[in-house]
Amino acid sequence: MNLVQLSLLEQAVFVLAALILFLSFTLLAQSRLVSGIHVFAWQGAVLAGATALVAASGAHHLFISAGLTLLLKALLIPWMLHRQVRKLELERHVETLPHAALVLMGGAALVIFSYWVVVPIERLELLATRNIISLSLAVVLLGLLIMVTRRQAVTQVIGFMSMENGLFLAAVAATHGMPLVVELGVAFDVLVAAVLFGVFFLHISESIDSLDTDRLNRLAVPEDEP
Amino acid sequence: MTANAWLLVLLQSVLFLLGAPLLVAWVRRVKARLQNRRGAAWSQPYRDLYKLFGKETLVAHTASGVFRAAPYIVFASTLLACTVVPLITVRLPSAAVADVIVLVGFLALGRFFLALAGMDVGTAFGGMGSSREMLISALAEPAMLLAVFTLAMTAHSTNLASVIDHQLASGLILRPSYLFALMGLVLVAVAETGRIPIDNPTTHLELTMIHEAMILEYSGRHLALMEWAAQLKLMLYGVLIVNVFLPWGIGTQLTLPALASGLLFVIGKLLLLGVILAVAETGLAKMRLFRAPAFLNLALLLALLGLLSNVILEAGA
Repeated sequence: MNLVQLSLLEQAVFVLAALILFLSFTLLAQSRLVSGIHVFAWQGAVLAGATALVAASGAHHLFISAGLTLLLKALLIPWMLHRQVRKLELERHVETLPHAALVLMGGAALVIFSYWVVVPIERLELLATRNIISLSLAVVLLGLLIMVTRRQAVTQVIGFMSMENGLFLAAVAATHGMPLVVELGVAFDVLVAAVLFGVFFLHISESIDSLDTDRLNRLAVPEDEP
Repeated sequence: MTANAWLLVLLQSVLFLLGAPLLVAWVRRVKARLQNRRGAAWSQPYRDLYKLFGKETLVAHTASGVFRAAPYIVFASTLLACTVVPLITVRLPSAAVADVIVLVGFLALGRFFLALAGMDVGTAFGGMGSSREMLISALAEPAMLLAVFTLAMTAHSTNLASVIDHQLASGLILRPSYLFALMGLVLVAVAETGRIPIDNPTTHLELTMIHEAMILEYSGRHLALMEWAAQLKLMLYGVLIVNVFLPWGIGTQLTLPALASGLLFVIGKLLLLGVILAVAETGLAKMRLFRAPAFLNLALLLALLGLLSNVILEAGA
């Protein structure tokens, strides 16, 4: 795989894919809720940009999915999350991250792991941009890591959504995207999920007066707590 | 021919020595304009150095030989480090004999003696500054080496001249690894040269100072050498960043027009970098010291991502 042989457009796709991975790491390290939502929106925007570049290099039908991604993941879902956060008065919420440096190094280990897993796939003669598959697998795993390490329900949802970004990146980079019907279905799925999560947030915060999911493990708050 | 080439090294050293105060003056002046002040004259850093060289040099009676020797060692090691980085031309004999690991070694030597000198007199501030400097450099050095290795893996050489040659020969290629290495190196440079999110070069506020705390006991020509070395270090990192990542315009032949255009290009790039630095320093607030490890962790992560994306995306390139 030689970067020199690729066109400038494909090189730009590589750069954007690497930026998406970096934004996943930023999400992992972000302790402010609102900033996390902004980073997620940026990730969606960069993903839309990468899709548009792939579309410009030949697969013109991808322009539709690029527009859809920009609309849904960079604008609509972040706006919905932001509104939820405002409604639940969590705008100034800062989550303390236990072992932040350790989690980041774990994330780097996940990148290496996903490279190791994907190496056999890269021998297939897919598109020139197939190396991106390992990056997108890493984005998926990093999304999982975000969901595991966070206790805030909203950040867990952001982790889930960024996982979906990784899957989308893999589809675009490896095979020029899924059929439009599937893509529309997935986009609709994500939108419905975002709405459902919003309802969940409301219920969780009503019943336990917080969005800390660790407290869902307890049956009831002990009365004699100081 | 070789004698001429070594004369070029001498010329580059002189350019570094004269240019470093000018770069500092430029950054201060842009910063002053951004803050609606008029700012000091261009010649102010030179005048300061001239004044300090003329003043009496006082040494505390508890000071040992390390305290007296440190300014010379710090200054000399920084100047030697400057000769390794190609400024106006790639064909530099000093860049051919020393690679980038030697550069990191020179900087580490200077820093080691700076920290020793800070602790030598035995004042509380000196020791505090040294401990903070060591904290930051211990975190910054791995990030810098990782960023450098990213470059070295692409060019298959740790020699700065070969890295620049490789970059020039391959033309415009968008490399994700270079982007990450650049961002990591910028963060390291900010931390190492004591600019705003980590340290404030203009304050003597006891709670926050790092570099100023270590040189607090110095006066006269010792202080002048220390300040000059700090200015050299700023220019060194600036030249390293602009010439390695944006090498276009640097002279590749030893002819007068090539050297002149190399000089013009590097001045332009450094002026632009100075503007960016001044804007960033005006917009950002200084971080608490305990946030500095997180800042440098980010630098390390960026450099590591650069290395990984080099392996994953550009292997064989």
